[in-house]
Amino acid sequence: MTLDQLAEGQRATIESFIGDDSILQRLMEMGLLEGDEVEVVAFAPLGDPMEIRLRDYRLSLRRSEAARVRVSLLP
Amino acid sequence: MVALRIPTVALVGNPNTGKTTLFNALAGMNQRVGNYPGVTVETKKAQFQHGEMTFDLIDLPGTYSLAPRSPDEMLAVDVILGNNPNEPRPDVVVTIVDASNLERNLYLMTQVLELGVPVVIALNMMDVAEGQGLELDVDRLSQQLRVPIVPIQANAGTGLDQLREAVAGALKKPCCIPGPTFPEAFEAEVARLRMLTEFSEPSFLIRRLLLDVGGQTETRLVEKYGASFADELRASRDRLVQAGFTLAAIEARVRYAWIRKAIAGCIERPAVRPVTWTDSLDAVLTHKVLGTLIFLLVMFLVFESIFLIAEPIKNVIDLGKNALASWIRGTLAVGPLRSLLVEGVINGVGSVVVFVPQIMLLFAIIAVLEDCGYMARAAFLMDRLMSRAGLNGKSFIPLLSSMACAVPGILSARVIENTRDRFATILVAPLMSCSARLPVYSLLIGAFFPIDAYPIWLPGLVFFGLYMLGIILAPLVALILKSTLLQGETPAFVMEMPLYKMPSAYTVAHRALDAGWMFLQRAGTMILATMILVWAALYFPSRDFPERIDALEQTIAPTRDRIETLKGEKERNAAAIKELEEELEPTEAKIKELHREWKSHSILGVIGKWVEPIVKPLGWDWRIGMAAIGSFPAREVMVGTVGIIFGEGEGDAGDDQYRDALRDTLKRDQAFSIPVALSVLVFFALCCQCVSTLIVIKRETNSWSWPTFTFVYMTGLAYVGAMLTYQIGSLF
Repeated sequence: MTLDQLAEGQRATIESFIGDDSILQRLMEMGLLEGDEVEVVAFAPLGDPMEIRLRDYRLSLRRSEAARVRVSLLP
Repeated sequence: MVALRIPTVALVGNPNTGKTTLFNALAGMNQRVGNYPGVTVETKKAQFQHGEMTFDLIDLPGTYSLAPRSPDEMLAVDVILGNNPNEPRPDVVVTIVDASNLERNLYLMTQVLELGVPVVIALNMMDVAEGQGLELDVDRLSQQLRVPIVPIQANAGTGLDQLREAVAGALKKPCCIPGPTFPEAFEAEVARLRMLTEFSEPSFLIRRLLLDVGGQTETRLVEKYGASFADELRASRDRLVQAGFTLAAIEARVRYAWIRKAIAGCIERPAVRPVTWTDSLDAVLTHKVLGTLIFLLVMFLVFESIFLIAEPIKNVIDLGKNALASWIRGTLAVGPLRSLLVEGVINGVGSVVVFVPQIMLLFAIIAVLEDCGYMARAAFLMDRLMSRAGLNGKSFIPLLSSMACAVPGILSARVIENTRDRFATILVAPLMSCSARLPVYSLLIGAFFPIDAYPIWLPGLVFFGLYMLGIILAPLVALILKSTLLQGETPAFVMEMPLYKMPSAYTVAHRALDAGWMFLQRAGTMILATMILVWAALYFPSRDFPERIDALEQTIAPTRDRIETLKGEKERNAAAIKELEEELEPTEAKIKELHREWKSHSILGVIGKWVEPIVKPLGWDWRIGMAAIGSFPAREVMVGTVGIIFGEGEGDAGDDQYRDALRDTLKRDQAFSIPVALSVLVFFALCCQCVSTLIVIKRETNSWSWPTFTFVYMTGLAYVGAMLTYQIGSLF
């Protein structure tokens, strides 16, 4: 599954990324890395963008961007 | 090396790390702004002392990474590499690092290391890190990174002496320690491409060239070395992809692996993350329902406060203007100089000063919203809506503010990092109906849709329609711009949601003052000059009109004074006042007629007659055309110009009595019918008759072509809109 498919409050581990472009570059610069844990904090009123928590901080990203991140759900 | 010149220190860091606060604390009051051709971001410059030594300090725009995708982002790279002709190469780079978010902040630091400049880390927000239960071993971290680290508290001003000491120390040390190393296959391609440039480009730029597909380095180097170089670049990238690399991932993997190794054992995270202020606040402020309601409330307050402050300030400025004007009238004889001072300079200065409080207020509000962390939440909530217009969540506040006044609105678009999104926002902001359109709206709506003749809801509906025109057209135009002139890949909307904190009063005051001063200094002079030009076009050739008018004014002055005295006891003297006023009427009519004749022979009047065939399809005669041209400096001037040309005399748009009289005159005049009035209204809703806006656009885009474009497209839109309105309106 991909990051955008998670529900509020769910946690997951980043498995891999889809594509090879500046969006991916930006996501990884901001510290999204394979093996890291993420948690969905909230979705904006119209369902997009979403707020996630990484190791040390919070990040907002659009669902189209989150769809580039393959994750595996944590219990 | 004998350091005869003053060493330069550059300050870099991620956004939301207290970089500006640190700069202000180091720099004090003596700051200058650095502007660069072709670039729309600025740097700030100052000096600081340490012992006997003086340092030049330059504050570079905040960024998460030195991977330039636009000329704006290239500025920091160029300055640090010494490629900027206007700035000396920095001798030391101070990287400010947020202790509570070590890994991501060190990412930028590792890039700076690669630029071959000594680095000093200013470690800020230790208190926040502690609040999150993080334990940092600063000494060990410094040893493992091999970079001097100075813990500071920027907002309290602690650790600054140690920081200055470390900077002075870094000057004496040999440069430089090695940072992360890239995979061998990648470095082989870097070496090959660098050879093609005959080693005249630093390795850092060649790495950027390979990594940032379509980035600014590629644009620049391909232009410099030609098409064959572009082919070689493509071949290099292809080989890397063949070898199994993901280009976009190489750098982040290398750097974060290095960082994690370097900080291992220096940071201890709590087993269970404590619930922080930010967690509790975010649960409310980004909540679907509550968050939206609070957002709407905040936006309402922002809008309302800019709107509310405009009126009293305008009154105060008007008082000052009038006092000055009458003093000059009493001192100087009739002639061009007097008129220049009274109608040109004082009005011009007034129309500049009138913006300053609004700009300062809006910037104070924005500084509070940004500093406390709410701005990112607002952008988060609005992003979906704005993305439909090809913009992003950060465009919302500039557009909303533009409904009060486009000038502060456009200035506030600085919060949008992406250059294309910022430009699109700036170019459509003037379409939003601002408060300066109100006098024009209320004059014409009041004259042609009076409540006693029409249903009570009709004037309101017309008002509403005019406002909606902007609200609907602005996103549409933004969408068109984003798919034509400002075309490009959709930028990532990956935005940090910073921690909530108390805004610093110093930062807020500083930004408000800065914005006001900047506007006065850079835009004010240009606005004044244009106002004077239009005054001249309306004044010359003056022939003997001023003298004749003055002579007539002199003859009725005593009568006017008597009326004023009698007005002290209005009831008892009502009959006498009326009699005197009737006595005045023929002369006053003659004065109005002289004014009318004078203005119709002025340069502007002549131009008005030239353009009559052009404005004919809008249903306008030459007088309306002339009023529209004369209101180029500022829309609200239109009311006064219409007054002069239609023989109601000169007056102020804010004066209700004058407006009522003008309304009646317009209603009687055959030039105006309802379709014509509507056509004028639509024209003024859509046109860009505002020099201040155009000059602020020039200032923010650093080019004259964007304000020219804005003026042309808006005038075109206004013309077509007005024509359609008149032609359709005439069918009924």
